[in-house]
Amino acid sequence: MAMLEVTSLGISFGGLRAVDELSMKIEKGGLVGLIGPNGAGKTTVFNMLTGVYRPTDGGIRLDGQNLIGKKPHEICRLGVARTFQNIRLFGGLTVLDNVKTGLHNEITYSLAESLFHLGGYRKKERQMDEKAMELLEVFGLGNVAGYQASNLPYGKQRKLEIARALATDPKLLLLDEPAAGMNPNETGELMETIELVRERFGVTVLLIEHDMKLVSGICEYLYVLNFGRLLAEGTPAEVLKNPEVVTAYLGE
Amino acid sequence: MSFLNHLINGISLGSIYAIIALGYTMVYGIAKMLNFAHGDVIMVGGYMCFCATTYLGWPAPAGILLAVVVCTVLGVVIERLAYKPLRMAPALAVLITAIGVSYFLQNAALLIWGSSTKSFTSVVGGSPIPLFGGQLTIAPVTIVTVVTCIIIMVVLTLFTNKSKAGTAMRAVSEDKGAAQLMGINVNTTISLTFAIGSGLAAIAGVLLCSAYPTLMPTTGSMPGIKAFTAAVFGGIGSIPGAFIGGILLGVIEIFAGAYISTQLQNAIVFAVLIIVLLVKPDGLLGKRVSEKV
Amino acid sequence: MQKLKKYAATKAGRDAIISFGIVIIAFIVMQALLAADMVSSLLEGLLVPICAYVVMAVSLNLTVGILGELSLGHAGFMSVGAFSGIVAATCLSGTGAPEPVQLAVSIVIGGICAAIAGVIIGVPVLRLKGDYLAIVTLAFGEIIKNIVNVLYVGLDSSGLHFSLLEQRFELAEDGEMIINGAMGVSGVSRLSTFVSGFVLVLITLLLILNLINSRAGRAVMAVRDNKIAADSIGISTTRYKLMAFVISAAFAGMAGTLYGLNYTTTTANKFDFNTSILILVFVVLGGLGNIWGSVIAATLLTVLPEMLREVGDFRMLIYAILLIAMMLFNNSPLKQRILEKRGMKQMEKLEKAEQSGKEGA
Repeated sequence: MAMLEVTSLGISFGGLRAVDELSMKIEKGGLVGLIGPNGAGKTTVFNMLTGVYRPTDGGIRLDGQNLIGKKPHEICRLGVARTFQNIRLFGGLTVLDNVKTGLHNEITYSLAESLFHLGGYRKKERQMDEKAMELLEVFGLGNVAGYQASNLPYGKQRKLEIARALATDPKLLLLDEPAAGMNPNETGELMETIELVRERFGVTVLLIEHDMKLVSGICEYLYVLNFGRLLAEGTPAEVLKNPEVVTAYLGE
Repeated sequence: MSFLNHLINGISLGSIYAIIALGYTMVYGIAKMLNFAHGDVIMVGGYMCFCATTYLGWPAPAGILLAVVVCTVLGVVIERLAYKPLRMAPALAVLITAIGVSYFLQNAALLIWGSSTKSFTSVVGGSPIPLFGGQLTIAPVTIVTVVTCIIIMVVLTLFTNKSKAGTAMRAVSEDKGAAQLMGINVNTTISLTFAIGSGLAAIAGVLLCSAYPTLMPTTGSMPGIKAFTAAVFGGIGSIPGAFIGGILLGVIEIFAGAYISTQLQNAIVFAVLIIVLLVKPDGLLGKRVSEKV
Repeated sequence: MQKLKKYAATKAGRDAIISFGIVIIAFIVMQALLAADMVSSLLEGLLVPICAYVVMAVSLNLTVGILGELSLGHAGFMSVGAFSGIVAATCLSGTGAPEPVQLAVSIVIGGICAAIAGVIIGVPVLRLKGDYLAIVTLAFGEIIKNIVNVLYVGLDSSGLHFSLLEQRFELAEDGEMIINGAMGVSGVSRLSTFVSGFVLVLITLLLILNLINSRAGRAVMAVRDNKIAADSIGISTTRYKLMAFVISAAFAGMAGTLYGLNYTTTTANKFDFNTSILILVFVVLGGLGNIWGSVIAATLLTVLPEMLREVGDFRMLIYAILLIAMMLFNNSPLKQRILEKRGMKQMEKLEKAEQSGKEGA
């Protein structure tokens, strides 16, 4: 059984059909790309997968469990984490605290322990610090742990967002244009990090990108979305050869 | 008949709230700020008209004109001095500044006119008009208030929808940056909005004091808060919303006082507001704005 | 010593040391001045209210600064705390328990009642956002004031009696009215002292600073900074919003009890919209999210109008001008530039560190 199973997913906003009849299957441990031109509905798919939008029809199952109608925070607890196209960090918190917030459901202690700093407080906080630092080191952010997140340069903010998502210990990691706004060097570096992350944390990755060349390097399988519909799917080599995909990207 | 009487009183009070709420809503729509000093501009309008007619012996229309002119200038000056420097500041900073301006106006009035209550002579003379053979009477000021309110609402709607300056206002309220790029002078537009809002506040002040003829430095604060409530009630930023919200609020307030308890009058008004907002979180005619993810 | 230095290097540690430092030093200085009889009776009368306002400001900062939701009805919770605390204190007065114990129990009861009010208000309204939430909290503050104004509570040998709008109960001969409608309460035994106020301030600071620097506190701040992102990492935003709001209400209730038991008479109108605004001004001027800023602002701005008494009628006018001037300065380009420079320096430091790291490698 596939880890993520999406069947005839669709959503309408008023009269607009943003996504229609989308079916996807992602196997555990996969690194899959969801590509398509601007406005194809890629982010809308992410929003449905994470419970931000409720699909009008269709089904989403993660390891056989239904995700439709669940709230975003419940879906996160079931093992789906994401990043955002327009970076959403906790700007007022430090880099370290951003990741510690991601550990919210991983390392827990009660409200009473929060208020009185008693019981497991010290031990659990230390565990959080260690785990968070470990994650930050993976992304080369260890030396900025104490900085306010909003003061970080753009590229580092993107990495921090991925680190925070990983802190929730997801089965499935959704990355929404992780390389947006990066130069080719940074992009290459990031793609390597993503591959590394997949191996090290055993996480399945679905990533959105509209630059097809970029993803074909690392993704094993691609879904191409155009005007909310699935245009093609297959290995990067297959997809790149597909004349419809070429037309969608380059126009007539 | 008492029901009808309460209804008329309610509509009359509601019309005053509506005029104030129209000013609130316009300023909110453009400047995206809660102008807490708006209620105190009403009070200044009341005092201006009072001084002109009582101390200087001017005729009522001249008094009203003075109130409108002074408040319009006051509104623009307040905006320039206190709010304009904060245009990039967080909303809360602007709110606190507006509260500061409100304190300032109240205490300035206290120093100038003292804390004692002034009794205001209605700007609308004439004796109550009997209806249904005297079973029901309507004060002329009530008619004037309601008619004024309707005229203002119609004129404002036409102005914002048809005139060039009104279009500029709508553009600025949608997107300041884009409006500027289109060659609209944002500062002038905001000043104009404050001018109109404050001018309306002056008219509301005169009408309020004519209907409830007591005047003191805190006269404007409670009607100000209620009118703000009315604006939110109708959907803040919407001109017809402010009108409907104001009228409804006035009617509810009078009915609550008449049939339930005068002591709980305000509590009931606010309770209705809360219920409306819980059912329709953007007010009766408000636009739903959702954040793009 | 080493440990303390390390603690002071963190932001949380610095905040805690500054907050407690200010409060403890101020307390010691005041005690010394009181012992030397160098405090004017006016200032002496302000000591307990200052403590109550400090607790109010710190607790409102939890809602406005840490949770990021504007509340214009915080005085409502103070009112609930004040009146329920007074009722509790009246019930306890016959028990013969020592006064500080009576006070402590009353404060806890005041806090619990305010917390309950916080849940009742918070559950429906925290779904609203921004200005809408603000107006609804304002409305609730006014509703609480109106209800207390028509509330009649009496105590006699058969227990407590309640009624609304008018007194509908007869008290036995030994009974006494506690809350008498719009007349409020009178003849309250003044249990609050400066020392008890000081202790309440310390407890408030300790718990709120602890909360901010914990798992729950981070969750609350995450909701403030980005609700959608907080949701996406598994934080139940409604739960943490409500939690912060209720804790904030509870402390406001405790402050209310402290305040109410400092006067022989109290009416509901003491806790009106203007009081809510006053507290909000403390919080904004002290700095959103800055706890020790709230402490200082609450103290100074409570004392300031009294100091300005010498200028007589002009005092509130000057207060208003100072308020506007401070807001304008706080957001002036000048201050922005200073902050920007600080941010730039941090960036530069970072770049330098990276460069030297690369050279070393």
